[in-house]
Amino acid sequence: MTAQAPLLSVEDLRVEFPTRTGLVRAVRGVSFDVGREKVGIVGESGSGKSQTGRAILRLTPRPGVVTAKRMTFEGIDLLTASERAMYDIRGKRIAMVLQDPKFSLNPVMSVGKQIAEAYRAHAPLSRGAARQHALDMLSAVKMRDPRRVYDSYPHELSGGMGQRAMIAMMLGTEPDLLIADEPTSALDVTVQMQVLAILDDLVSQRGMGLIFISHDLNLVASFCDRVLVMYAGRIVEQLRASELASARHPYTQGLLAALPRIDQPTTELAVLRRDPAWIDGPAA
Amino acid sequence: MTAAVRRQGRLPELDLASQAVLEVESLHVRFGEVHAVRGAQFSIAAGESYGIVGESGSGKSTVLRAIAGLNPDWSGAIRVAGEPLGPRRERGFYKRVQMVFQDPYGSLHPRHTVDRVLSEPLAIHGIDDAENRIERVLKEVGLGPAFRFRFPHQLSGGQRQRVAIARALIVEPQILLLDEPTSSLDVSVQAEILNLLARLRSQHGLTYVLVTHNLAVVAHMCERLAVMNQGRIVEEMTVAQLRAHEPGEAYTRQLLRASLGYDREAARAMVTFD
Repeated sequence: MTAQAPLLSVEDLRVEFPTRTGLVRAVRGVSFDVGREKVGIVGESGSGKSQTGRAILRLTPRPGVVTAKRMTFEGIDLLTASERAMYDIRGKRIAMVLQDPKFSLNPVMSVGKQIAEAYRAHAPLSRGAARQHALDMLSAVKMRDPRRVYDSYPHELSGGMGQRAMIAMMLGTEPDLLIADEPTSALDVTVQMQVLAILDDLVSQRGMGLIFISHDLNLVASFCDRVLVMYAGRIVEQLRASELASARHPYTQGLLAALPRIDQPTTELAVLRRDPAWIDGPAA
Repeated sequence: MTAAVRRQGRLPELDLASQAVLEVESLHVRFGEVHAVRGAQFSIAAGESYGIVGESGSGKSTVLRAIAGLNPDWSGAIRVAGEPLGPRRERGFYKRVQMVFQDPYGSLHPRHTVDRVLSEPLAIHGIDDAENRIERVLKEVGLGPAFRFRFPHQLSGGQRQRVAIARALIVEPQILLLDEPTSSLDVSVQAEILNLLARLRSQHGLTYVLVTHNLAVVAHMCERLAVMNQGRIVEEMTVAQLRAHEPGEAYTRQLLRASLGYDREAARAMVTFD
C-alpha cells in the first residue's frame, strides 16, 4: 500500500482563524500521506481533526486561512487549483461525509432526488439510471425500505438514516478518496458495523483511500490501518492501528486509560492530566 | 432515610438489598400509533445502580421519561418506595427523584447564572438554606464557588454537566434518573463525570437508573442491566454476566459483539431483530 505513490500528500498544513481576540490556530503544521488505505484521525473536540479534513477540500469556513508547504492529490496541487477544477474534484474524486446529516441535506427536496442529482452532476446518467443507482446504494447502506427512504424528506428520517443516506450519496460516485468526519457516530453500533464493512470493502476491493475522522479510539484502532492522534492542532503521534495499545505519547496513553472497558473492571477511571508541554512538545 | 444519615456514607448492605425503591410493572407507553414501550418490568433496590441499554428507538429513554413524569400517556404501574404513582407527579416526587439529561447545552437556561439554576429547585421545594446548600453542592461536583455567578456559555461541556448534576442533587433526592449523561462529552471528560457520579452515589447512598447506548459505561457504573429492543426488555442480566460474555439472548450477544470494535466477519453476520 505504502509502496505506491500516495493519493494525498499533505505537508505543514496550517489553518488559522482571525478573531476579535486574536489569531486562533486550529491546525498548526500537520503533515501526512494517505494511500489506498484506511487512515484514522483521532482527537477530542477542538483538536483540529475536522478542520484538517475540511482544508483538504478547501471547505474551510470564512475567514479561515489555509496554508501549507504542499497539499497534492494525485499530482493536482490542491492549494492552487482553480475553483472550476475543485468543482470536478469535490464529490467526484474526493468525497466527504460530514458529522451531521441535518445540515448537509436539502430540507425541501426528497432524499432520493438529492442522491440521484448528485450522481448526475458527476456522470452522464439518465434520470431512470440515476434513480436505480440511488435505490441500489440505499439498500447497500442497509436501509430496510429503500423506496420509502427515496421518497422521504430529510426531517422524516432518523439521524442514523440521514447519515446512511449521505453515505449512499457520497459513495455512489465512486470517489478515489473519502474523507469521513464522524460518519458513524449517530448510528447504532450494529448499523455502524455494517456501514464500516461497506467502507472497508471499497478500500480493499476498489482501492479507495479513506480518511476516517473520529473521537472513538477503540473504533479507529479496530477499523483503520494507521492512526494519527491530534492534540491542539498538531499530530502528536502516528502509529499502526494494531499498535495503539503500545502508544508512547502521554496524551494517547491518557485517552486510552480514560475509556471504560467491558472486559476490564476498574473502580475509578484514569483522568487525563493535560501537560502544557504537549502543546508544542515533540511528537511521539 | 434522612439526609444526615445519607451524608455519612454508605448504608448497610443488608438494608439496600431488602427494599425495592423503584418498581416498574407492565409499563406501556404509546405515542399515537407507535407502541414505544411494550410491557417493561423491573425492580431496583435502594442504593443499586441499574442500567437500561438499547439502540435508538428501543424505548429506553421513554421508560425513563415515563418514570420522571415527562410522558403522561403510560399504563401499568410505577412505584417509588412502595407508593404507586399517578399520571401526574406531586411536588414531593421531585424531592425524591431527579433527572440529568444528555445534552448539557440544551438543559441549562442560557441566560440564567449557575446560582439561579441552583436556587430554583430550592425555591420550588421551599428549602431556606440556599446559601449553604449552593456552596456545598458546587464543591461536591468539583466546581467551587468561583463558578457560582457564571453563565452556561462561560462553561465547558463537562462543567455544564457538573452544574446539571448539582441541580439534581441540591434537593437531596434518593433516586437519580440519568439519560445518556456522558454521551455528548469527550472521552477524558466522560471519565471525570463517571468518577463524580460513582463517588456521589457511594457518599449519599443514591440509587441510579442509567440509560445509555454504551455497554462499557453500563459495565463500569452498574450492577445489573436491562437490554431493550423495539420497546421490550429482551433480557435482564448482571454486569458480571455481561463481562463474562454470557448474554442469554442473541440480540444482546450481537450488541456486545458490535460494542467490542470493528470486525469484518462479525459485521457480515449482523442481522436485524424485529
